Amino acid sequence: MYRYVLKRLVLLIPVLLGVSFLVYFILDLAPGDAVDVLAPDDATQEDRERMREELGLNRPLVIRYLDYMSDLVRGDMGESYLSGQPVWDSFIEKAPNTLLLGFASLVVSVGLSLPLGIYSANRHGTWKDNVSMVLALLGLSIPNFWLGLLLMLLFALRLGWLPSGGADGFASLILPAITIGTGMMATLTRTTRSSMLDVIRQDYLRTARAKGVSERVVIRKHALKNALIPIITIIGTQLGGILGGAVLTESVFSWPGVGRLIVDSLNSRDTPMVTGAIIMTTMFFSVVLLLVDLLYAFVDPRIKAQYATKKGGKSNDNKQKQKASA
Amino acid sequence: MADTILEVKNLTKYFKTPKGMLHAVDGVSFSIERGKTLGIVGESGCGKSTTGRCVLRLIEPTSGEVLFEGNDIAKYSAAQMRKMRSELQIIFQDPFSSLDPRKTVSQTIAEPMLVHKTVPKDQIRSRVHELMETVGLADRLINSYPHELDGGRRQRIGVARALAVNPKFIVCDEPVSALDVSIQAQILNLLKDLQKRFGLTYIFITHDLSVVNHFSDDIAVMYLGQLVEKASAEELFAKPSHPYTEALLSAIPVPEVGGPRRERILLKGEITSPVNLPNECRFAKRCIYASEECLKGNPPLREIAPNHFVACCKAEQFYQKNS
Repeated sequence: MYRYVLKRLVLLIPVLLGVSFLVYFILDLAPGDAVDVLAPDDATQEDRERMREELGLNRPLVIRYLDYMSDLVRGDMGESYLSGQPVWDSFIEKAPNTLLLGFASLVVSVGLSLPLGIYSANRHGTWKDNVSMVLALLGLSIPNFWLGLLLMLLFALRLGWLPSGGADGFASLILPAITIGTGMMATLTRTTRSSMLDVIRQDYLRTARAKGVSERVVIRKHALKNALIPIITIIGTQLGGILGGAVLTESVFSWPGVGRLIVDSLNSRDTPMVTGAIIMTTMFFSVVLLLVDLLYAFVDPRIKAQYATKKGGKSNDNKQKQKASA
Repeated sequence: MADTILEVKNLTKYFKTPKGMLHAVDGVSFSIERGKTLGIVGESGCGKSTTGRCVLRLIEPTSGEVLFEGNDIAKYSAAQMRKMRSELQIIFQDPFSSLDPRKTVSQTIAEPMLVHKTVPKDQIRSRVHELMETVGLADRLINSYPHELDGGRRQRIGVARALAVNPKFIVCDEPVSALDVSIQAQILNLLKDLQKRFGLTYIFITHDLSVVNHFSDDIAVMYLGQLVEKASAEELFAKPSHPYTEALLSAIPVPEVGGPRRERILLKGEITSPVNLPNECRFAKRCIYASEECLKGNPPLREIAPNHFVACCKAEQFYQKNS
């Protein structure tokens, strides 16, 4: 199992290389640079050239990139063109906010979609099932930022119950969390439903009923636990996506998180800031996915048994043969 | 009077389908004495498994009575029925899909005891060991998962699980049809031993006639959701009085070179669709003896000799011919 984790971490290196180069390259392709944003309107052409030289922007792209990477591997993410602050500091300052929002959205999403998905699967084919699937489809089709704006209009402007933006206290967390949560909920509800449907048709549920196990326990202990793997996969992907994916919602609610940091830095062509933030996001995403893969072992004893024999080496083959024949 | 443990009266199960009502089980009645085995045979789709499951209410019957020790369990509430499950158990056909893949052998066997609280918690472990020994599972397998075991062992788990709550009555729903022949015999012998040891009553559902003869006291033959013949095993094999039974028996392979063989009767045509059945003998379309008379209504099951029931208007003729 340790070897597996190590392998996955090593695989992260080419991913990060690719991501950083892509971001660097694409930002360079975009018209204009940081100097256009930084320089006062009345700056002369020479002033601008001097600024470019100070920031090192006059060098070729590849040199700049290699320079950036050589700093990066030594743990230096560079400084923001705009504020001169170290990228790491800015990122760390915003990250907790995004994590908080991500976690809150996850609570909303899981709290709604698991019960709804299970309910739907239990009433497969009835109008109740159809209604919840239409709801899920709506959640999936409504653009997040638009839903955010509508929620803001209703709860902040009309009713005045909740703040329309910023990040002070629990109240300001509610609207953005609902906005992101409902978007996530849609996929998760559908996954829960189809995964549960798969399991509900299995013979061993009938066995459990024949044992005299109550319906509630049949669903919770036998069905849900077996249906959990695809559900966890989706949750993992979504959680990983939140850190970078909440860009729009964070902007709408002026939530001081990583998503907004990236948008703002993009607008000011702040290449080190954008690259740094995206690299960190990518790393976070990959680590979450790795954790999810490790979580499988705890959810499914069969996978755990596989990990256990992997250490033994040879017995692994037998295990897999058995699995294939089963 | 004989000690009847289970009596089924007019059991019916219809399924709604887009084309109409599917008559899976259509007015089936039978009774079983304590400690005996009733074999139910018939081809695929004749409703034999549905009958077995309706008796245990794993499928809700459309109508009919299921008297277990005199009480109509078909009218029990879900909660009452759950309590009854410690007395009525079932062994399923497919030992590969009927075990929860996430549960170890001991968890699977222990669950019914935890649910019904028949055994104090601290004794469950030793009871699991005892049951595993009873069904011939090695102790070392106690923490194995089903996917690590072969079909025979899995079916032994299924048997141990059914026995865990000391049931009086077990429906064996094709318990060996998914297994290799060599293992079939082992499981059958195990079931027979257990019956002797614990005084169990079985309904034994199968499509394998050589198995059912070996195993049952009485045999009921089903066709398209109805019983067409029911008699003691010897009587049924000696004097089959329904053309369908006759055809089934003629299909049993004789494991002897040049041994005596029944004349092979090949059934023609497809089985009639169980949806929206016409009012005529259900077997008439495939019956080589069918005549005008057979299309004038579905013949009821009637007793043509002591404890020998047949649903065919010409039953007496066949009975005479074969005796």
